[in-house]
Amino acid sequence: MARTTDHLGRPVVAVTGVGVVTSLGQGITDNWAALTAGRSGIHPITRFPTEHLNTTISGTVDFLESSDKGASALTYELAEISALEAVSASGLGVGDFAGPLFLASPPVELDWHERLALYDAANLDLPIYERLLAAAREQLRQETFEASQFGAIADRLADRFGTRGLPITLSTACASGATAIQLGVEAIQRGEADRALSIGADGSATAEALIRFSLLSALSTQNERPEKASKPFSKDRDGFVLAEGSAALVLESLESALARGANVLGIVRGCGEKADDFHRTRSKPDGSPAIAAVKAALADAGMREDEIEYVNAHGTSTPENDKMEHLSLSTVFGERMKTIPISSNKSMIGHTLSAAGAVEAVFSILTMAEGVIPPTINYDNPDPAIELDVVPGVKRDAQVSTVLSNSFGFGGQNTCLVMAREPV
Amino acid sequence: MSARDVVITGLGLVSSLGEGAERHWQALSAPGAAPVLDAERFDPYTIHPLPEIDWGLQIAKRGDQRQMETWQRLGTYAAGVALDDAGAKDEALLATMDMVVAAGGGERDVNVDQAILDAARTRNDRDLLLNEKLTTELRPTLFLAQLSNLLAGNISIVHKVTGSSRTFMGEEGAGISAIETAAARIRSGQSSHVLVGGAFQTEHPDMLLGYELGGFLHRKRWKPVWQRAANDGGGVISGSGAAFLVLESREHAEARGHKPYAAIKAVASGRARRDEGNLPEAVSGLLRVLGAPDEPLMAISGASGAHSATGAERAALASAGDYAVRGFSTLTGHLKEAQFPFAIALAALAIRHGAHYPAFDAENETAAEGAPRSVVATTIGYRRFEGAALVVAA
Repeated sequence: MARTTDHLGRPVVAVTGVGVVTSLGQGITDNWAALTAGRSGIHPITRFPTEHLNTTISGTVDFLESSDKGASALTYELAEISALEAVSASGLGVGDFAGPLFLASPPVELDWHERLALYDAANLDLPIYERLLAAAREQLRQETFEASQFGAIADRLADRFGTRGLPITLSTACASGATAIQLGVEAIQRGEADRALSIGADGSATAEALIRFSLLSALSTQNERPEKASKPFSKDRDGFVLAEGSAALVLESLESALARGANVLGIVRGCGEKADDFHRTRSKPDGSPAIAAVKAALADAGMREDEIEYVNAHGTSTPENDKMEHLSLSTVFGERMKTIPISSNKSMIGHTLSAAGAVEAVFSILTMAEGVIPPTINYDNPDPAIELDVVPGVKRDAQVSTVLSNSFGFGGQNTCLVMAREPV
Repeated sequence: MSARDVVITGLGLVSSLGEGAERHWQALSAPGAAPVLDAERFDPYTIHPLPEIDWGLQIAKRGDQRQMETWQRLGTYAAGVALDDAGAKDEALLATMDMVVAAGGGERDVNVDQAILDAARTRNDRDLLLNEKLTTELRPTLFLAQLSNLLAGNISIVHKVTGSSRTFMGEEGAGISAIETAAARIRSGQSSHVLVGGAFQTEHPDMLLGYELGGFLHRKRWKPVWQRAANDGGGVISGSGAAFLVLESREHAEARGHKPYAAIKAVASGRARRDEGNLPEAVSGLLRVLGAPDEPLMAISGASGAHSATGAERAALASAGDYAVRGFSTLTGHLKEAQFPFAIALAALAIRHGAHYPAFDAENETAAEGAPRSVVATTIGYRRFEGAALVVAA
């Protein structure tokens, strides 16, 4: 009989349902097949014209009904689909989830198409600041209003799934998905809930979003062969590939999961975080905040360094991230880091931003459940300064019982999750 | 009393009334306080503008100031005031301090947007126009200066708060969840001390648009929050402001010898299905959950003025107990994400000073005497989400 409390006497938190959508496809089955086959979802952008843009490729999700309906609509649909898959798989009631909702989603501003439509109705005799406002008040557009409210997507999801209480929408930049999981885990550990629904969803790959990241020199410009552009830990890596996706996890106290005979897919053993005070986009040169986040996650999990068997890397393919991630991991794990398998899902799906932490947590759970480590593709030209076993090119069969999943973001966000196949 | 009671040890407040907890107490405890208004700049909308702020007092480096738009600067400033007030600007304390920020964002470049809007009137290839203009005219660092989680990021950089950093979004609900989560963390031992709060800078057309797309703004001359009629617009008058609080476990505050303002006894939050017309019952339910003492109480109300929500709150407060209601938006304007933290801060101030606020609107708010031991704070979102807290003497 598994212990249902952990080393700190807290409820053990199980994962009893997962769902995912990325540029590789919709659903766990398709995504896992593509990911383990080393297939890339990165493609030329068709959603908007790419003239004048330095980057013309992305991992957008183009196959959904809302794919051309703006960031807000697409983010909702992505979240809904992955949550539907996760909740259905968990065996809990889809319209009656009855636990709290934590949604990691992008801060989306009023879409340009809606802004332009408003301005088409504007009275140019008014002072400039007043034109959109007057157009807004003269003809109320409920959908446009809702798209401008940060709480609206979670509110709709709460209705859809019958979650309990005030849903939390959060952003910790590229660590958001991991934070959504952490918040769910903590709520269960506090005894506030037996279950929580954590979702990361991001459908915000608009022209403006791409341009913003591009102006920060964060994106790969290797447009000629899109599927080769995301190349984490490679010497010629030159930025991340903007992407969309979503993932949902049903988190549940192990006690509750066992009591109802649920299928336990994995355990979230520990979460750790540490903020960086160095710079808005760069990490402290000694890597100390990321190091502290990894150590905090291990301590929270009650585990030693030598108990981690696989690392699901943040691995964005930017020069800065991959260097710093290597530095922090080799500081924590020492010489052993050269032989711990580590792979970056982003080599295939790109950087799904607010969703990434959740997407990668789901893939980490699958890695353990299936006994297969997805590869890091495009590792044709290894960075000699980064000595890692990145599981290059081809998936690897391996019994993995514990995973560390890293998420680091602009604004000094560092969040790490430790997951395990089995309860202690 | 418990070692893990949630006590408030620092306040950082900014509104049109000025800055700092004491300044707010002085302004609000004087009978007949007058609002600070600007009815010209965004006519027909009235706003409560930011006071003059010497940013350098809390954000020493001009380089840091330049990396933030006003909203981030305002929040970073108020956070610094709260940390000073708590006597918490100590390296070791800050390095282990957790942070939950309620954030909006999206302070876009008005000039760039306007140039695109104007050019678009004569172009059919609008998507191409966007690429042309945005690639050449956007300031590269503007993205970060308006990005939601970068308020927390800047607080880490400027004030060295680095225990953890979480940003919640979603209008008033973000502020409610931020306080509720911070308090729950302390009560359960997950945190010993937390910086929590939010900021809102309304002096930007997009920030007004965020209300007016839903028809929520009051469009005639200023009136107290309880007196705005439906034929004068949507009822909300917004304000620029910020509220940050340092929350600690009682044990942690005592160990470092810092006297708290008050304690947060209980926080309740909810998501009423308003379309079904059950908001008054939902608000009454939140008040019941707080377990407030059965006696006359002051309620610091964050009512926005939005007709439906404000009416429901008023009805609920009138029927749920004997409340001397104080609608502070009358004097500060609606502070969106900062509304709930601000309400709690005002409740704590009244407890610290041992006095009720005089009515902010004598026609609609009843007088109250004596030293309050318990004060209720409410925030009912103008569109969605509700919260309430019970603040008590520490």
